[in-house]
Amino acid sequence: MTVKQKPKLAVWKFASCDGCQLSLLDCEDELLTVANEIEIANFPEATRAVIKGPYDLSLVEGSITTPHDAERIFEIRRQSKFLITIGACATAGGIQALRNFKNVKDFVSIVYANPEYIDTLKNSTPIADHISVDFELRGCPINKYQLVEVINAFLNNRKPVISPHSTCVECKLKGTVCVMVAQGTPCLGPVTHAGCGAICPSYNRGCYGCYGPMETPNTKALSRRWQELGVEKPDLVRAFRGFNAWADAFRKESETHE
Amino acid sequence: MISKNESFSDALSAEKKVVFVAKKDLPALFDSLWTNGFRILGPTLGEGAIVYEELNGVGDLPIGWTDEQEGATYRLKKRDDEALFGYNVGPHTWKKFLFPPKHRLWSAEASTNGLEITEEKQVIQKFAFIGVRACELKAILIQDKVFLGGEHVDPVYHARREDALLIAVNCTQAGKTCFCVSMDAGPRAESGFDLCLTEVLKEGEHYFIVEIGSAQGAEIMANVPHSNETREAEKAIQTITAKTAKQMGRVMDTENIQSLLQDNFDHPRWDDVASRCLTCANCTMACPTCFCSTVEDVTDITGDHAERWRQWDSCFTLDFTYMNHGHARTSAQSRYRQWMTHKLSAWFDQFGTSGCVGCGRCITWCPVAIDITEEVSAIRENQTAAKPTSS
Repeated sequence: MTVKQKPKLAVWKFASCDGCQLSLLDCEDELLTVANEIEIANFPEATRAVIKGPYDLSLVEGSITTPHDAERIFEIRRQSKFLITIGACATAGGIQALRNFKNVKDFVSIVYANPEYIDTLKNSTPIADHISVDFELRGCPINKYQLVEVINAFLNNRKPVISPHSTCVECKLKGTVCVMVAQGTPCLGPVTHAGCGAICPSYNRGCYGCYGPMETPNTKALSRRWQELGVEKPDLVRAFRGFNAWADAFRKESETHE
Repeated sequence: MISKNESFSDALSAEKKVVFVAKKDLPALFDSLWTNGFRILGPTLGEGAIVYEELNGVGDLPIGWTDEQEGATYRLKKRDDEALFGYNVGPHTWKKFLFPPKHRLWSAEASTNGLEITEEKQVIQKFAFIGVRACELKAILIQDKVFLGGEHVDPVYHARREDALLIAVNCTQAGKTCFCVSMDAGPRAESGFDLCLTEVLKEGEHYFIVEIGSAQGAEIMANVPHSNETREAEKAIQTITAKTAKQMGRVMDTENIQSLLQDNFDHPRWDDVASRCLTCANCTMACPTCFCSTVEDVTDITGDHAERWRQWDSCFTLDFTYMNHGHARTSAQSRYRQWMTHKLSAWFDQFGTSGCVGCGRCITWCPVAIDITEEVSAIRENQTAAKPTSS
């Protein structure tokens, strides 16, 4: 009898807070099953034991912000059969992409005592700007059930069940009453990618757009409505400049209100 | 309740009996429903709106509350009386009970003999819906055609609909997004109900005129104290609903609407609405007749267990028309046109009825206040702007 070879998993970190890769360790109930089906070969947050590549599946967290990282990602791609980026940093540049709207040198001189040690790129960019990516899992942070679903789909050679439609659909499936219509609360839900389970509207808050733009976002029409609800232009700019500020649709919308 | 011997639409059109029930005796109606094994579902306050949930008594109804609605706006407001049904339709529809938003269809286990598939068992549900408005009643009868009317009866819907008891309420007021009169769907519930209540608050009196529409309805009423004096009942119902009919906040001219939309396929208004449409799908989810769903297959990590789930879908999502060559309706223009043309025109070809009942939910719950009545008017008023189509 042949022993089934387990696929090798690697988890990589770029500029990020680690929250997304920790979602994997957060999968308490499913973690043992995952570990049973997959060999955790390179995951420094979980174990110091590293098995050399190549890897069947790589999860990449974080954005590219330094010349060193811009090189490192090519090597990771070379070592990975299947590569999935996880989280807003890896898929959109993250909150650190706010610097893309300014001159990063100005920050460096303010923040660091010895700016000469800092070697950083002008922009924080998503992984897919540098290499080809097989699947992008959105969110800040990602939803751990969606992460398990993506790994699960990979293991079973099927398409992951991850919907790119609006967050509104999630509210409606749950029966959550629309906070924008019933309370006049500005909400990014109609232009935001589903995935979180519409958490904020369930707690009477507008959506913050943590999952980035949905498949066909009409940000212009939503901004018009926000303005009718009394939102001023500087606040519109800030709303679209969250964790997914550099995602195309959100970036362009924020720029029109500057 | 769907009678075993009669067709759905005329099941309840038998000779109607009318009785009066004092407000203080309404708890007896709830008791009677529970005694008969029903779960009572109806309007209640929740999340700043009047939603449909399970009720544990008359006290759960939104007593003394009403709503004010406009495009993209809904606000609760206190009434200056203790009316139990003094509001319009809210964000929820009865379809959430009859056609669940998410439902497992089957599960499968890998075994040495291949796959063993276990179909989800359908348990007959005894739902009593209280507070069904005329437009909603019509919407349920439309969904009956969709799910039960054809050759293939939907078992999920059937198990929930077959024994559902419908207690209608005639609207005593209309909202600013209501247009049931235009769609010939209200404000009076004409048929299709087991019981129909008309709430009367007059000169210190508070009572209900109850029309009995089915044998099951009569059975339920047998345990509810009532008076049989019916002399002025019909006149009172007519007066109340006629007043409501005059309050319609919206109007839709439906003359030749089937051909109007079919002949204006290239009308510039579609581009105009697309510039405003968020393609968020709220209108379709809030609509009481929209019935589209998708099926999703999931596996567990081992791959030994699989499940197929059905959940609400919308013609506004890209995946809705995904086929092996890609998405069929990529533009917002094509998606809005598909929805509206299906709802108001192609629905006749498919089901012999309009798909719109004039409840106004798609107007109120559209985050950017797109108004289906306004879109129809714009196309009608400016037909010459459209490219001529061969017919």
